[in-house]
Amino acid sequence: MRIFLALVVLLWQAHAAALTIEITQGAEGALPIAVVPFGWTGDPARRPAQAPAEIVAADLARSGRFKPLAEADMLARPTKGEAVDFRDWRALAMENLVVGEVSPNGPGGYLVRFQLFDVYRGEQITGYSIPTTARDLRATAHQIADIVYETLTGQPGAFATRIAYVTSQRDTDGGERVVLEVADADGYDPQTIVSSTEPLMSPAWSPDGRRIAYVSFEKRQPSVWVQEVFTGRREKIASFKGINGAPAWSPDGRQLALTLSKDGNPDIYVMDLARRSLRRITDHWAIDTEPAWSPDGRHLVFTSDRGGAPQIYRVAAGGGSAERVTFEGGYNARPSYSPDGRQLAVVTRVNGRYRIAVIELQTGAMRVLSDGSLDESPSFAPNGSMIIYATREQGRGVLAAVSTDGRVRQRLGFQSGDVREPDWSPYYQREKTP
Amino acid sequence: MMHRSLPFFAVALAAALLAAGCSSTGGRDDAAASVEDRGGAYGSGDAQTSGMRPGGSWAGSPLDNPDSPLYSKVIYFDFDQSDIRPEYHDMLRAHADYLLQNAQAVLTVEGHADERGSREYNIALGERRAKAVVRFLEAEGVSAGQLNTVSYGEERPADAGYGEASWSLNRRAELVY
Repeated sequence: MRIFLALVVLLWQAHAAALTIEITQGAEGALPIAVVPFGWTGDPARRPAQAPAEIVAADLARSGRFKPLAEADMLARPTKGEAVDFRDWRALAMENLVVGEVSPNGPGGYLVRFQLFDVYRGEQITGYSIPTTARDLRATAHQIADIVYETLTGQPGAFATRIAYVTSQRDTDGGERVVLEVADADGYDPQTIVSSTEPLMSPAWSPDGRRIAYVSFEKRQPSVWVQEVFTGRREKIASFKGINGAPAWSPDGRQLALTLSKDGNPDIYVMDLARRSLRRITDHWAIDTEPAWSPDGRHLVFTSDRGGAPQIYRVAAGGGSAERVTFEGGYNARPSYSPDGRQLAVVTRVNGRYRIAVIELQTGAMRVLSDGSLDESPSFAPNGSMIIYATREQGRGVLAAVSTDGRVRQRLGFQSGDVREPDWSPYYQREKTP
Repeated sequence: MMHRSLPFFAVALAAALLAAGCSSTGGRDDAAASVEDRGGAYGSGDAQTSGMRPGGSWAGSPLDNPDSPLYSKVIYFDFDQSDIRPEYHDMLRAHADYLLQNAQAVLTVEGHADERGSREYNIALGERRAKAVVRFLEAEGVSAGQLNTVSYGEERPADAGYGEASWSLNRRAELVY
């Protein structure tokens, strides 16, 4: 049996289009953990506004694999290991405990120290000191959640990551405003990357997480742009006659697979970004689109209706003949590889409903993971644990995420407007010292 | 123009669907039939405001004359299809004649899809629809230099609703002079 939590974990008021994240289905057997509010060793008047322990607990809850103890139920509030009495936590059947402290660390700087304990053995499992700043304190909290998650599950966490997505809102004069935004993976701190009155589509993070490729219909023709996320500088990569779409980065970040119809109908091309040279990968009278690279860079999968209906095909990254990958169902499209290269996430049609499915490449077995009727744009978290996708709820586009095993579900919804086309960023490298 | 006529249109479609007993195949066929009624809907709706005088002749561009076949500028398609249904042939021939007689005129055919399925595939599908219209016009002798296409896929729905009544209005090609 699954537990339906319907628990609103996070809700922001700061941004006009604040994002709420709701766990709509948690996994049974979620690990009980206590994340005690971190102490502050500095001047009480200068205590940072962000509460790292709350962010860590929310991240862990959101994964569906942990059940953090409510602060009100805690019998003690230790902030360092020496102050922990494990009996307080055994009494509450906690398996693990996180305590920590934030200290001033030079002008505008903080040092965040935390320790993770095994409550039953009464031992520290891990602990780090992480230098940070007021601006990066949230990111540091996500990094701590990543460390806790990896230590206890054996799988890297993906909390210190971002998502890119497209939103649209009707202006008061009836016009449409389309915005490409980037937010933390928990929906916090959404920032506008591009804003347009014409459609924006298909955001795709570069493998280093510093650039985003997307399609813009400005001047009423589609073109593919690559934009630096932190500077806003951008470059037009493709604006040929016809379709310029579906950008997909090669794993080394040097090439971009694209859909172009300049030679008659949509085919897959690969552009070398440094030389701006184009290599044609498919040449077929049917629709070939939505390319995605295998993590080893050796193959591309794509959607084609060459067999009469959209199905997934695979071709060597250097070109050649394509082999069909999907045979189950009358509609399979928009493939993307899992980070380990063993699975494909796709959009599949089941009884007239469009849902997210995962295909095991070795066996060809397909598992439907989502439960909507217009689900699309699946994107794996960089640790492969979750898939974020777009769905419709009461006529509005919202984002949802499902664990790759189908056990955990989340909904990420804006309070207004339409949200679609999520793309989960890769990992970011950050400094940490044990 | 499109937007003003849509409410009427939705009612006509709903009526057609009801009359068809809401069976899915019947619904789709009848939706197409009621789409055919659109010319009349536009004509009667616009006659009140367009300033036509009895016995007078249309002073503006024939593209804006509700009585001209050129007034119709939308072609609707079946699901995942890009074949031009025969009921649009006369209308498209009228546009072909107009383009032949007005060598300076340039037409952009915008292809659109309904919201079902993936977005980039729908871009490709919209282009296929736009190109089907262009091929028809070229077969009627229109110069390729007068014809452009752009596909918006599912990004620019004519009707934001959910369901076949809305989707049938969104699977379309629009002629934009």
